Amino acid sequence: MDNALKPLNADEQGLRNFSINFGPQHPSAHGVLRLVLELDGEVVERVDPHIGLLHRGTEKLMESRTYLQNVPYFDRLDYCAPMNQEHAYCLAVEKLLSLEVPRRGQLIRVLFCEIGRLLSHLLNVTSQALDVGALTPPLWGYEEREKLMVFYERACGARMHSNYFRFGGVARDLPDALVEDIGKFIDPFLKVVDDLENLFIGNRIFKQRNVDIGVVTAEEAWKWGFSGVMVRGSGVPWDLRKARPYECYEEMDFDIPVGKHGDCYDRAVVRMEEMRQSAKIMRQCVDKLMRADGRGPVATPNHKVVQPRRDEMKRSMEALIHHFKLFTEGFKTPPGEVYAAVEAPKGEFGVYLVSDGGDKPYRCKIRAPGFAHLQGTDLLGRKHLLADICAIVGSLDIVFGDVDR
Amino acid sequence: MDADLKSHGEAIAAALPGAVKSATVAYDDLTLVVEAARWLDVLTHLRDAADCLYVCFIDITAVDWPERPQRFDVVAHLLSPRHNRRIRVKAAIDEDQTIASAVGVWPGADWYERETYDLFGIVFSGHPDLRRILTDYGFDGHPLRKDFPTTGYVEVRYDDELKRVVYEPVKLNQEYRQFDFLSPWEGPDYALPGDEKAKGQG
Repeated sequence: MDNALKPLNADEQGLRNFSINFGPQHPSAHGVLRLVLELDGEVVERVDPHIGLLHRGTEKLMESRTYLQNVPYFDRLDYCAPMNQEHAYCLAVEKLLSLEVPRRGQLIRVLFCEIGRLLSHLLNVTSQALDVGALTPPLWGYEEREKLMVFYERACGARMHSNYFRFGGVARDLPDALVEDIGKFIDPFLKVVDDLENLFIGNRIFKQRNVDIGVVTAEEAWKWGFSGVMVRGSGVPWDLRKARPYECYEEMDFDIPVGKHGDCYDRAVVRMEEMRQSAKIMRQCVDKLMRADGRGPVATPNHKVVQPRRDEMKRSMEALIHHFKLFTEGFKTPPGEVYAAVEAPKGEFGVYLVSDGGDKPYRCKIRAPGFAHLQGTDLLGRKHLLADICAIVGSLDIVFGDVDR
Repeated sequence: MDADLKSHGEAIAAALPGAVKSATVAYDDLTLVVEAARWLDVLTHLRDAADCLYVCFIDITAVDWPERPQRFDVVAHLLSPRHNRRIRVKAAIDEDQTIASAVGVWPGADWYERETYDLFGIVFSGHPDLRRILTDYGFDGHPLRKDFPTTGYVEVRYDDELKRVVYEPVKLNQEYRQFDFLSPWEGPDYALPGDEKAKGQG
């Protein structure tokens, strides 16, 4: 063969892979993500995510605050679904203290966790559409999120950083008008979900950008520590609400949607369907809250842990003492270690709490789902085109509050 | 449930003679305390044995106990979706000891070990890429150790003359207050400031 016709290999031509920086200020990086991408032409050869730009040392800070003072930190992790995080932390502390939550408290918690799931999924699926070029869906999604945030505000006074869950229940009862309004919200909302689905799930461009992109098999998903939609999208019906039910999820009737191919498109579809299931759970909660057996206290009457109500404090010496003790030295927990996990919108959100018997956590490790998912970008993104990285990062559903902690 | 977990723990201990120091059930969780030298054996067994199948990696982290001779507890959490069980595995190591990396068992352990290295300074031998992950580029120290101050050592600000961000030692206008809320009647056993003089007189 003639030498001149032989293809030159890359070394001889002096070709090399090209490294680029994606972020940390990039609109489709979903926060402060810096990706160092090694490119061969437009094909991604290696993804190296650099995180920690939003690291605030939550775990260190928690070690010098009492258990109760730590609750608001959890709102600031995944700020798209604040109450779900508080839930995991409260479950961990309740496990340490062997506290029971009264039924109404459980129903309220479940109701607001499902609202949190809607908040998170609405933001994620619509902004995934934005990542692949559709501008309208986020506007539609934000309209619904706004209504949900008003529910948050009416329950606890804050739109995002709610600080509403307490050990042994929730901070205060919901007025009936609010429960009714949440009930009235559900049907129009299901209509909006249908509209959103018509708007972009069936859309040709959305499919072209997402189908067969970022495929992950069930086996890979497990060993990479994925959870939530990331395993359900790959066809595994695993949901902590069903597998290890906490609170009153056992009595709720809902289905676990699963995907088939484990690609970005399946994950978006699973999230859409999960919103309908969440709405179903919310409707059951609303019905149960309005019934006679759904009335009652929202927190355990154990005032060694739960603060007494304001009006009790004005009349009862005992309540005043409890209040004073709780807000100066807090309460002590028995020494030991617990791990409590909830099915947060993004996956398994776990809290590993070590207590030395004092009034502050000795060590609290926050197991955030986004952290495990983001390290999978290298697995998912290799050999894809540069533009697909946006779709993959969008479908991982990451929020830097909980990746960086 | 608890008895189930207890017998499961005993079965694991029997399958790995000499590796498992104790298997206890507390707060509905099964905890194995293992020899640090056999860390990888135990994890591989937990992943592969038919009665374990902990294929889902959840978490690796550490706990610092500075007053103990073996300072750190390396803690792994695992999940078995098949058996719907969780397990916690712990190994105690010293400050200058290393522990084997679990990246070969579950690739997902990668970042968790980097994080543990970053925040505690524990070296995982055999890890492919043990870099810092959460702290700043060029950060010094390991923040989650108990002897690392909460305020840290350096602070950053933008210098208008140099036109870049500069690092300076932390300056606090008010001293950082670590409140101790423990009740003086049943609380800490350290001497309150001034108390040591009274002892000398007595």
